[in-house]
Amino acid sequence: MRTSLILRIGTKLVLPFILLFALYVQFHGEYGPGGGFQAGVITAGMVILVGITFGLGAAKRIAPPGLVRAMVPLGVLIYAGTGVLGLLLGKNFLDYSVLSASDPAHGRGLGIFMVESGVLVTVSGTMTALFYAFVERGR
Amino acid sequence: MSSVQAHLPALQVVLPLLGSLFAGFVRREATGFALALAVSWTAAVISAVLLWQVLQGGPISYHLGGWPPPWGIEYRIDLLNAFVLLLVAWVGAVTMPFARRSVAFEVDEGRQGWFYCMYLLCLTGLLGITVTGDAFNAFVFLEISSLSTYVLIALGRDRRALLSAFQYLIMGTIGATFYVIGVGFLYLVTGSLNMVDIAQRLGSVPLEQTRAVAVAVAFLTVGISLKLALFPLHVWLPNAYAYAPSLATAFLAGTATKVAVYLLVRFFAVILAGSPAFGPLQLADVLLVLSIAAMFVASAIAVFETNLKRMLAYSSLAQIGYITLGIGIANQAGLTGAIVHLFNHAIMKAALFLVLGAVFYRIGSVKLHDLAGIGPKMPLTMAAFAVAGFALIGTPGTSGFVSKWYLAVGAFGHSGWLLVLLIVASSLIAVVYVGRVVEVVWFRPPSPLAETAREVPPSMLVPILVLAGATIWFGIDTRLTADLAGKAAAMLLAAVR
Repeated sequence: MRTSLILRIGTKLVLPFILLFALYVQFHGEYGPGGGFQAGVITAGMVILVGITFGLGAAKRIAPPGLVRAMVPLGVLIYAGTGVLGLLLGKNFLDYSVLSASDPAHGRGLGIFMVESGVLVTVSGTMTALFYAFVERGR
Repeated sequence: MSSVQAHLPALQVVLPLLGSLFAGFVRREATGFALALAVSWTAAVISAVLLWQVLQGGPISYHLGGWPPPWGIEYRIDLLNAFVLLLVAWVGAVTMPFARRSVAFEVDEGRQGWFYCMYLLCLTGLLGITVTGDAFNAFVFLEISSLSTYVLIALGRDRRALLSAFQYLIMGTIGATFYVIGVGFLYLVTGSLNMVDIAQRLGSVPLEQTRAVAVAVAFLTVGISLKLALFPLHVWLPNAYAYAPSLATAFLAGTATKVAVYLLVRFFAVILAGSPAFGPLQLADVLLVLSIAAMFVASAIAVFETNLKRMLAYSSLAQIGYITLGIGIANQAGLTGAIVHLFNHAIMKAALFLVLGAVFYRIGSVKLHDLAGIGPKMPLTMAAFAVAGFALIGTPGTSGFVSKWYLAVGAFGHSGWLLVLLIVASSLIAVVYVGRVVEVVWFRPPSPLAETAREVPPSMLVPILVLAGATIWFGIDTRLTADLAGKAAAMLLAAVR
């Protein structure tokens, strides 16, 4: 599959920046617009761009379908697991303050970080899985 | 032990959620079934303990994340939702052993793991709606249960299952949207999402804002009525029930619409309790008319339906009419009747749909003419059908009689003989459609398909017999059902006055 030279080189150039921007959105979510959902969509957008430019095979080398399918429940599992961690440490479900022994506010920040990374995993997995499902229709 | 007990409200929802995630992670049929079975029964035990705790010590309040209400999400369990939790969890637990063979027979090989994942997710959503005291949290769980329900329906092998799932998706999304718009209006007026808090703040709403409350009530009522399939908003239900896998149908018929009914009752109680100046909503009259229409129209359609799953689906619409009738009557006996019927109807409908699942497992059809003469071939299964069918009619000695008795008493107190006569008349239509099936099944010469039928294996038979037995048990011993429902109704009415 041959697409325009500009498109191929251009895609290769922007790929790392897309991923970097996704990570920025992910970790800046507490202070500005963004968070796990948006970062997940951007990450999946990177895979989709590769898929459109270089074909489905190239996209699947970056994000194997088995991994993508496992990511969907895995992210929610991270989220729920963080909640259960609060239970195991003797507080209520989803109470993150116990995650830090010294400072409850710090613990809550840590909890939000873990939950958001779970959101990232599930959203990027789901978006990519949807893309695969649509592209593979009729094959 | 006591430390676990304090967290049971959260565990009630979190365990099915975790189970569903693991099932989705593994995606194997055997693991999925084992997880679903273990989780369903654990959830059932938790619901029983919670009910016991509520009976002993009054309402339970659980603060998610340690944030106190009204800022944080509160799980609040009183008599009413402890009762509904018990119903949902136990219907799930009792029907689950049936799943193994039924799902293996009715769902494509590669998708059986997903079935259990979605089943557990649906259970999570339904339990979550019931347990939460937060209006927006209820919306989230409503979406969880709805989305997983669409998948459960679409897993049916019949190609029409896809179309029915899509139809339900459109209607269900409209319903959920209306619900969230209604919650939005309540938030606009009160600034709170906690149901108890909303009720308190509504009392001090200035007069010029009561119109916003009226709009909220309208949106909430239409949105939730779509979910519970009140008469003119019911079109999604018959197809969805007819083409979903049998176990999904039995589970959904027993739980999904019942949880929506619970949500309706809860919101009426919140709004009426909070805003007595808001006074007699004309809503009750609308509800009465629509319920009576459902009781007659849906029963009449059921009489002429030859696909038995569709027949039972229409009968469900009629029975939901009885429940909403009780809500519209809104006196002690009427509300008791509504809550008892919510419980009793769930059990008898789950039993009836499981019987059809068993029949489908043996002969691959649920058309009336294919079932001719199948009675002597599958005697226990078909006897259970007859028992649950008689309960549907409201024969004395079955649970249906208890709920209809309370409804009739409530109806008499509300508007005299007319409503009572309508209840009896619509029950007579049920005699026709149940009687027709019983006659064909037992007294006709066997059809070619029915010749080949044998009794189903114990893992399928036992759930059917337990549920059918329960319809008789709760027809005689009403300590669990009617007494609790009566207390819950008294609690709701006391809050409103």
